Amino acid sequence: MPNSFDVIVLGGGPAGYVCAIRSAQLGLATAVIEREKLGGVCVNIGCIPTKALLHSAYIAHLLEGAKDFGVEAGSVKTDYGVAMKRSRKVADQNSKGVEFLMKKHKITVVKGTGVLQPGKKVKVGNDVYEAKKAVVIATGSRVKGIPQIGLEINKTTVISSDEALLMERVPESLAIIGAGAVGMEFADIFSAFGVKVTLIEALPRILPIEDAESSDVLAKSYRKRGIDVIAGAKVSKANVAKDKVTLDVEAGGEKKQVVAAAVLMAAGRAVNTENVGLKECGIQLTDRGFIKVDKNLQTTAPGYYAIGDVAGPPMLAHKGSREGVLVAELLAGQKPHPIKYDNVPSVTYCHPEVASIGLTEDQCKEKKLDYVAGKFPFSANGRARGTGETDGFVKILRDKKYGEILGAHIVGAHASEMIHELTVARENEYTVEEVDLAIHAHPTMSEAIAEAALDSMGRALNI
Amino acid sequence: MATKVHMEALSPTMEEGRLVKWTKHEGDAVKSGETLAEVETDKAVMELVARADGQLLKVMVQEGSTVPVGNVVAWIGKPGEKVDGDGAGAPAPTPAPAKPAASEKAPAPAPKATPQAAPPPSQAPAAPADATRVKASPLARRIAKESGVDLKLVQGSGPGGRVVKRDVEGAPAPATAPTAAAAAPRPTRDVRRTDVPYEDVPLTQIRKTIAKRLAASLGPVPHFFLTTDIDMERAAEAREALNKQLGDAGGKVSFNDIIIKAVALALVQHRACNAWFQEDHIRYWNEVHIGMAVAIEDGLITPVIRNADLKSLREIGAEARELANRARNRRLKPEEYTGATFSVSNLGMFEIEHFTAVINPPEAGIVAIGSIAPRAVPDGERIVVRRRMRITMSCDHRVIDGATGAAFLRTLKQMLENPLAMLL
Repeated sequence: MPNSFDVIVLGGGPAGYVCAIRSAQLGLATAVIEREKLGGVCVNIGCIPTKALLHSAYIAHLLEGAKDFGVEAGSVKTDYGVAMKRSRKVADQNSKGVEFLMKKHKITVVKGTGVLQPGKKVKVGNDVYEAKKAVVIATGSRVKGIPQIGLEINKTTVISSDEALLMERVPESLAIIGAGAVGMEFADIFSAFGVKVTLIEALPRILPIEDAESSDVLAKSYRKRGIDVIAGAKVSKANVAKDKVTLDVEAGGEKKQVVAAAVLMAAGRAVNTENVGLKECGIQLTDRGFIKVDKNLQTTAPGYYAIGDVAGPPMLAHKGSREGVLVAELLAGQKPHPIKYDNVPSVTYCHPEVASIGLTEDQCKEKKLDYVAGKFPFSANGRARGTGETDGFVKILRDKKYGEILGAHIVGAHASEMIHELTVARENEYTVEEVDLAIHAHPTMSEAIAEAALDSMGRALNI
Repeated sequence: MATKVHMEALSPTMEEGRLVKWTKHEGDAVKSGETLAEVETDKAVMELVARADGQLLKVMVQEGSTVPVGNVVAWIGKPGEKVDGDGAGAPAPTPAPAKPAASEKAPAPAPKATPQAAPPPSQAPAAPADATRVKASPLARRIAKESGVDLKLVQGSGPGGRVVKRDVEGAPAPATAPTAAAAAPRPTRDVRRTDVPYEDVPLTQIRKTIAKRLAASLGPVPHFFLTTDIDMERAAEAREALNKQLGDAGGKVSFNDIIIKAVALALVQHRACNAWFQEDHIRYWNEVHIGMAVAIEDGLITPVIRNADLKSLREIGAEARELANRARNRRLKPEEYTGATFSVSNLGMFEIEHFTAVINPPEAGIVAIGSIAPRAVPDGERIVVRRRMRITMSCDHRVIDGATGAAFLRTLKQMLENPLAMLL
């Protein structure tokens, strides 16, 4: 095996493997170093298997209400083990897919843990690989606990998403700490599988980075399903016993105890910057612990680039992939278009789904922008009524003067698919008028987007 | 309800106009079709006419102000009628470009507002019909329109050079200097010793257009030049004879007329040079319309002699003089300075021997005419003195190749050296 390449990518997750493919497409000799399975957290213990489980949860949810639709399904029984095994199969298929893509593009895959060395070199075991153009660091992130309050991940009673994804059986009850995308999705899954779920969020509302109205809809929907939602909550102490965990929670001036068979830690992730050889190569970190990069994603050491979670927030697969493409194109001597970090869609695949792009209404207020919020509820949308999925809305925040789409928020079934209309609109600087002018098929949930655009101009038609 | 008077696009390339003079004043009765004001466009001084009957209620723009096309400049309505919206209370704009009144009220006030709040698309003024299309995002277009930024002058930083929001946000608004027609600072003709080393003169509308059009030519148009020396002895003789014939009847034939006629006739034989480059195609014209560069007060303009190949020398002469006169007074209509298929630029009267002219796109060629002067030339074994003229053709190589241009010039030379050939 030759030990010299144009580009060496450290990490085969969605940032790294996409960077490798794009590099190979542009004629660069490329290698990827991966210590586990190709596809990284996203494919193996993140995005992909959770979507499989969420669909299981969705089916259970549908069957419960199937009678109203004239379908009698008998008594609905769920088996997490079966759902989990299916999700593993899906993850494996995806990982194999990445392996195939590496072969297809003649990318060398080195199995092992890589450590950076000065001179654009990476050591894996006893072998040293050398990059002629650049080393791209895409080591990603991992789950983390909160040891400060006694919540260190022990994989039995204090677990992370890693364990949750591989359980054979669900616990009787589960406290989830953190109501961002991960916490929200697991609350949805476990609740559908019959677990008594308590969702605890430190910030004043669940889905704290989303628009407040999105949070409200989800809080209501979750409570209706029997999920105990506690926001603005401080977990002051945790008592971890062999078969249960007791949490001291303070919320709204009240103190209470939450007892659960297990606690799922879903509050943030730690970046994998340790034992990579960063310091030895002169690669500095930011105050928040990410790798410091310039606008071309080059680190403080020339010839070393960082992409994906290690390069800074938002820690999202699609943001990492785009960074991978950008760096590959730079290395091939192209002039890629800069990444618009303010136009990265944010999606949570709970039910109803939450998707957004751009600013929230609160951010518009903070920035003192002169905006108008156009809103259309799915309860007024024909397609949504047909499927019985009338929870949620489309909200478009329109700049008053020029009609710019400052932000857009969708809560509802298929919100994750629908947000891209507005992502394309923003990327191309369409105003609300262009969004309305594009004819939307009837009946679709996407009509609500056109209606929200119209509403922002004061002329919604169907409400 | 009172009717708005908009700054109209009075020429095909007009993007803003300077209100030179109000011919009607607040309180005057006006009829539809009556002239309200004189407006200097990028090409000429034109008349802005009323589109409604009534009283001129309010004038929104002071004389001397420059206003983007589409902006409200006045209101017409019934006597005593209140001018609604921003018209009423709004102070008359300073000579800075008027606030885009129409668009200011465009955004809907609140999400639950009544439907009328939205701007009906029909309010949008017709976009100036310009051949040069600008790639720009809808948002950038809107910002540019409302803040009076000329998108054509903005460097795009988006994909493929597309003009995006950040480009127009940083772009300067149009010149805001008070440049009333009468008070417009004129470039001084000669250097004066003063205590200031230089004088900054704002670009006039026409100077802006010249800058844009000519830079758009020499940059992207691959020019090449062909020069030939022409014996004008017989043309001079013919001209003298013709003018003698005309006597005091007026309308003497000039060399310029003869050259325009000869160029037109030569083009009839060389259609390859009578063409427009149209980006994805070449338009070969079957009619010959000669643009004639005319120097005016602070620029130049190219009135067009249509179907010059079919007109007599007398007709050409009369038309050329009349057009040139009106051009100098800035009274040309748009159709009188657009649509040329080929141009002639003559600096002979300035005793310029030889020069090159810049092509006026989409035309593919222009001939630059030098002075007619006696010169010593060999005639067999002898040296004789003949009246000679040097002309240089600028060709757009995308349309005209060297040999093509040369063949045209040879025909032109033959026609001028033997004016009788023009009668064939």
